[in-house]
Amino acid sequence: MARARTGAKRTAGKTNGKRESLDGPDREQLHGLLRQMLLGRRFEEKAAEGYAIGRIGGFCHLYIGQEAVAVGAMSALRPDDYALAAYREHVQAITRGMSAREVMAELHGKAAGSSHGKGGSMHLFSAEHRFLGGWGIVGGQMPIATGVGWAIRYRGGDQVCLCFMGEAAVNQGAFHESLNMAALWKLPVIFIVENNWFGMGTAWDRAASRLEIDEKASVYGMAGESVDGMDVMAVRDVVGRAVERARKDGSPALIEARCYRFMGHSMSDPVSGVYRTKEEVEEHKRRDPIRGFIHRLKEAGLLTDDELHAMDDDVHAEVNDAVEFAESSPDPGPASIHEHVYASENVHGRLFFGEDHG
Amino acid sequence: MAVMLYRDALNAALAEEMERDQHVFLMGEEVGAYNGAYKVSKGLLDRFGPNRVVDTPITELGFAGLGVGAAMAGLRPVIEFMTFNFSMLALDQVFNSAAKLHYMSAGQFSCPIVFRGPTGAALQLSAQHSQAMESTYAHFPGLKVCAPATPADAKGLLKSAIRDDDPVVVMEGELLYAMKDEVPDEADWLVPLGVADVKREGTDVSVITHGKMVHLALQAAAQLERDGVSVEVVDLRSLRPLDVEAILRSVHKTNRAVYLEEGWPFVGIGAQIVDIIQSEAFDYLDAPLARVTQLDVPMPYNKQLERLVKPSAERVIAACNRVLYRRPEA
Repeated sequence: MARARTGAKRTAGKTNGKRESLDGPDREQLHGLLRQMLLGRRFEEKAAEGYAIGRIGGFCHLYIGQEAVAVGAMSALRPDDYALAAYREHVQAITRGMSAREVMAELHGKAAGSSHGKGGSMHLFSAEHRFLGGWGIVGGQMPIATGVGWAIRYRGGDQVCLCFMGEAAVNQGAFHESLNMAALWKLPVIFIVENNWFGMGTAWDRAASRLEIDEKASVYGMAGESVDGMDVMAVRDVVGRAVERARKDGSPALIEARCYRFMGHSMSDPVSGVYRTKEEVEEHKRRDPIRGFIHRLKEAGLLTDDELHAMDDDVHAEVNDAVEFAESSPDPGPASIHEHVYASENVHGRLFFGEDHG
Repeated sequence: MAVMLYRDALNAALAEEMERDQHVFLMGEEVGAYNGAYKVSKGLLDRFGPNRVVDTPITELGFAGLGVGAAMAGLRPVIEFMTFNFSMLALDQVFNSAAKLHYMSAGQFSCPIVFRGPTGAALQLSAQHSQAMESTYAHFPGLKVCAPATPADAKGLLKSAIRDDDPVVVMEGELLYAMKDEVPDEADWLVPLGVADVKREGTDVSVITHGKMVHLALQAAAQLERDGVSVEVVDLRSLRPLDVEAILRSVHKTNRAVYLEEGWPFVGIGAQIVDIIQSEAFDYLDAPLARVTQLDVPMPYNKQLERLVKPSAERVIAACNRVLYRRPEA
């Protein structure tokens, strides 16, 4: 086997544990990255609480452990760029600029949620922040991202589109169809595979005939790179370079970010005991992307304890406020059931059928 | 009025809408250099260039989803399926993405996209290439579905579909493309979605139908007329939205109705229509409703068997006679 099935070395991947330098962003920007990761972590912890007490329902997939990927990657974007993701996307949405309030309210199914309580955890959207979902079918977001790239090219723009997916999506036909079209037509789409090693309970080495994901790019003549997804600076660097290439000449790219989820697949899945051991999870937690980044900032004299505590208090307050907002918001009324099925309902004839439309 | 082929009417609709709105583009297999598998897009590549008339790889899921993404980012794609049989590879993007985007995003994103191509059987193409998919598409809220039967309706409905802000499925027919008929000359000929058309007035029985089957209904009506039976042929044109008023109007007049469609009977379009009629016009009915559909089997290749499996004028006539309690002389 090319790589150990377990163990923290796996996530480090080809970077061999070498950390990306802190050079480049200034102190304020570094703090910004840390704050976004902390916000993502605290948000998900609160979501888990809300789920445990039955205020959040349905499927709820938490991002804890993978924060460096979303935060590092999104930091390479401009406001007029686009991003979309699958269903483990709360932190992508918030990092892209959606408020913790509107996302938490959506998880609670409330009218004040970003989709008025009709989408839920898996379907977060923001036209304002060009966050294009929130898609629940594995791999389904990839052709859509390719279409966003098409629209950018069609207009002659220099924006890019980031498309996040889990490693399990790599085996879907949509992955290969999308990479082929993006390479064929030179569409500025960066496909980011978050390889957390498990498609629900199926380990990657039980699902893939070849484990190396970045290699799949070469089949389509596309740049492919693997990066330590537990290192926010490394992700930022690799994605940043891909974004610059895409802006310049429309080149798409495939990036594998090797990471690990510290929680179960969804809230109904145990953290360990079925398809992985407690020891394996604990071992990966030693490479916690947030603790690691804090340690490095402190070592470099770029973060004080006071600053960290103030930041964490601030993040806690933001998340608590989001929960309070979500809990105190009203449910959507029954009248909203038929709203938004169609954009243009001012038509002749009947659009809806059944007992309530007889 | 100009006399046009159905395929040329569609071509004119595409050209006019692409001329009118630079966000409109056509994408699909063989739509460009080959001029379209059925020549619907003939000449459009030369006229609008490869950025707007786009030949794709054979990758239906991929380019259907690409269309959804392009629509989210502000374009108005027209996605051609070479036939709707092949669209089954793309259904995740049509049903899970296009049909639900506006709802799941609470109206933040609309999906102004057209999926079009031929539905139903041609001749001896056997099981995988002969399927009428209308009821499958019409099943999903969030989609609009229409099935033009004539060149005039083809042009007018496709133009309306392209201008609509929702995903619209335009279902044509391989055997319709070569049909010739008049198309109004007016510069901006539009047929609104959701408006049925009475293709033949009658008083004794209503044959309600859509798409290619309209012509079979007219054939049956002409034959029955010789026996002194007056058949009204109602062409729904759109399936969702559905012109329920037109259906009820016709049933109020004739008190008897047959639904004719090319697809299979189980949960077919006709199942929905007879449910609407029985619940909303029960007191007007003088006989149980009847349905004529493809027989409930995959399409066989053999010419004689295929003829028996497809709806025929004879079966439409038999159904009309049944609801009229009429025993024609042998």
